Amino acid sequence: MCGIAGLIHRGKSSNVGEELQSMLQALKHRGPDSTGYALYAQNDGQNFIMRFKVGENVGEGSTSVNEDASVYDERKKLVDNNLSELGATIEKEEKLTPYSYRYEIKYDKDLMDFSKKIESVEMVEILSIGKSLELIKDLGDAKTVCERYNLDKVQGTHGIGHARMATESGVDIKSAHPFWGYPFADVSVVHNGQLTNYWNNRRALENKGMRFMSECDSELIAVFLAEKMRNGATLEEGMKESLTGLDGVFTYFVATKDSLGMAKDTMAAKPLVLYESDDLVAMGSEEIAIRSILPQEIDTYDPFDGEVKVWQI
Amino acid sequence: MANLKTTEKKTKAQSMGMHTEVLTGKTQQKFFNPDEAENFFYWGTYDVDFNKRTELDVKEMDCKEANGKIDQLMSEGYGSIVIKNPQGKHSLGVGILNKLNLIFEGSLGYFGIGSIDGPIVRVNGRVGWSCAENMMSGKVVIEKNAGSCFGAAIRGGDLICKGSVGARTGIDQKGGTIIVGGDAGAFTGFMMQRGRIVILGDVGINLGDSMYDGTIYVGGKIGSFGSDAVEDPMTKNDIDWLKRKLKVAEIGDNFDVSKMTKIVAGKKLWNYDALEPTEKKGAI
Repeated sequence: MCGIAGLIHRGKSSNVGEELQSMLQALKHRGPDSTGYALYAQNDGQNFIMRFKVGENVGEGSTSVNEDASVYDERKKLVDNNLSELGATIEKEEKLTPYSYRYEIKYDKDLMDFSKKIESVEMVEILSIGKSLELIKDLGDAKTVCERYNLDKVQGTHGIGHARMATESGVDIKSAHPFWGYPFADVSVVHNGQLTNYWNNRRALENKGMRFMSECDSELIAVFLAEKMRNGATLEEGMKESLTGLDGVFTYFVATKDSLGMAKDTMAAKPLVLYESDDLVAMGSEEIAIRSILPQEIDTYDPFDGEVKVWQI
Repeated sequence: MANLKTTEKKTKAQSMGMHTEVLTGKTQQKFFNPDEAENFFYWGTYDVDFNKRTELDVKEMDCKEANGKIDQLMSEGYGSIVIKNPQGKHSLGVGILNKLNLIFEGSLGYFGIGSIDGPIVRVNGRVGWSCAENMMSGKVVIEKNAGSCFGAAIRGGDLICKGSVGARTGIDQKGGTIIVGGDAGAFTGFMMQRGRIVILGDVGINLGDSMYDGTIYVGGKIGSFGSDAVEDPMTKNDIDWLKRKLKVAEIGDNFDVSKMTKIVAGKKLWNYDALEPTEKKGAI
C-alpha cells in the first residue's frame, strides 16, 4: 500500500522535519516497515551534504543478513580514502547510527564520477548528495526514525516522505524511499504504487549508464527522471514523459532544491489529496496526513488522472 | 435494538425510512424471504425524534468509538446529530440503518457513511475515497469535493456532491442517483449496472466503461467514451426528470439540462442467459 506525504512553504521556512513527521505518522497504517524523509533544509549552501550508509539496519523486522559491526568501520575508512583520492575535503563528519553517516564535504567536480568511486566500496550506498537535501531513511515508523536522526528540529522550505509497506522487495534501507535522483544533487523521489515495466526500463537505463542500487520498482522513477534531465529535459517535462514511459499504477512526488512536484498515473488508481494555498502546499495519500498539520477546516481535492503539477518555493 | 421478527413489523421498518424491497430470484427467496421471520432481522433500528438534537465532538475518538457513540445517541432517541471535528477520519458514520439527520461539520476520510440505509446526511466539507459505498437508501449531500470511487456499488438513495469528484465515480452502481456539481475523473460509471449518474461539469477518459445498464448524463466535455458506452438521444422524460432531481438536490440552478449528453450501455458486451449459477453445472 504505502503512504506518501509532501509539503512546500512558499516564501518562508518552517519546521519541516516535525511537520513531515506528523504527516507520515498519520499514515503509519499504510506502511509500517520503514520511513524515509527528504528534507530541504536551511544550510549555508557552501558544501555538499552527503548522507550514506555502510551497512543495513538488521533489527526491527529487517530482511537483511546480519553482519559484524566491525566491517562498518572498515568500509567507512575506505570511503574516506576514496574521498581523499577524489580531492574532496571532509568539513564535518557525523556518525548517526552504526551504519549511517552524514558528511559535509568540499567538492567541485563531476558528481557521477564521485558517486561511482564512493559506491565502489562493498555495501556502501550514497543516500543523497546535495546542498540543501537531507535524505534520511530507516526501518520503523515516522516517529521512530525522526527521533533516531533528530529530525524534529530541521528547519527548511519543503520536504517529501514515505511510509513503506514492503511488497516488491525486502524490508531494508536500500529499498526504502525516498530515492535520490542519482547523480543530480538535491533531487529526491517517493512513490506509491507498482510499476509493471520495471525490468524493461531498468535494462534500457542501465545500458545508458544509469545506476540502480535496489530491486525496488520505485527506484526506477528517480532514475527515469534523472536520465531525462541528463538529456536536457526540465523536471516537469521529465514527469510528463513518465506518464507514458512508466507502466503501472502510481502517484509520486519529486523534490529539487527549489521545487516540489506530483504526478498521477492515467488510471488515477492511487490516492492523493491536495491542499493548496498562497503560502503552503500540502499533500498526502490520505487527508488525515494534511489534517495532522492543518487541523482547521480547509479545502482539499483529489488531482485527476494524468495530472502533473510543480510548485516553486 | 429492535428485532423485527414479524412481517407486521415491516411497516415499522418502512416508517423508519428503511429499504424494504422484497427481493426475487431463487437465491434471494431461499435466503432472504422477509415472510420467514428468522430471515428478517435488522440490527440497530431505533425510534428517533428529528426534533431531538445533539452534538458530538469526535476529535479525540477513533472511528469505532465515534460510530458507537452515534449508535448510542440514536438509541436514546436523538434524531438530529451534529458531528464536530471529524478531521478526515476514516469510516465515520458507517452502517446506519435508521432514519436520522446526520451533519458532519468538517471533512471525512475514506469509506465515510458507507452501507447506510435511511439517514439524511450532510457533510460540510470534503470526503475521501469510497464515500457512501453500498448505500441502500437515504440522501447524502457533500458540500465540497469528493475522492475516487464516490458512490461505489450504491443500491439506492440520492448521493450529491456539490464540488468535483475523483475517478471511478459510481463504479458497480446498482441503483439510486449520483449527482455531481463539478467535474468527474476517469472511468466514471465503470461497470455500472443500474441507476443514474448526473455530472454537470466535465468528465475524464473512459466514461461508462463496460457499463451493463443505467444512464449517465454529462453537462460538460467528455474525455472519451469507455468500451460499450454509447450516446443516446435526450427525451422529454430525461429533461423533466433531470430538472426535478436537480431542484430536489438544490444544485445547478438555471442549468440547461436539455443540452446534456446522455450515455447508456450499447449492450454489445452482454452475454447473459437465464440460468442461475447452480443450474449451470451441467453446462460447465
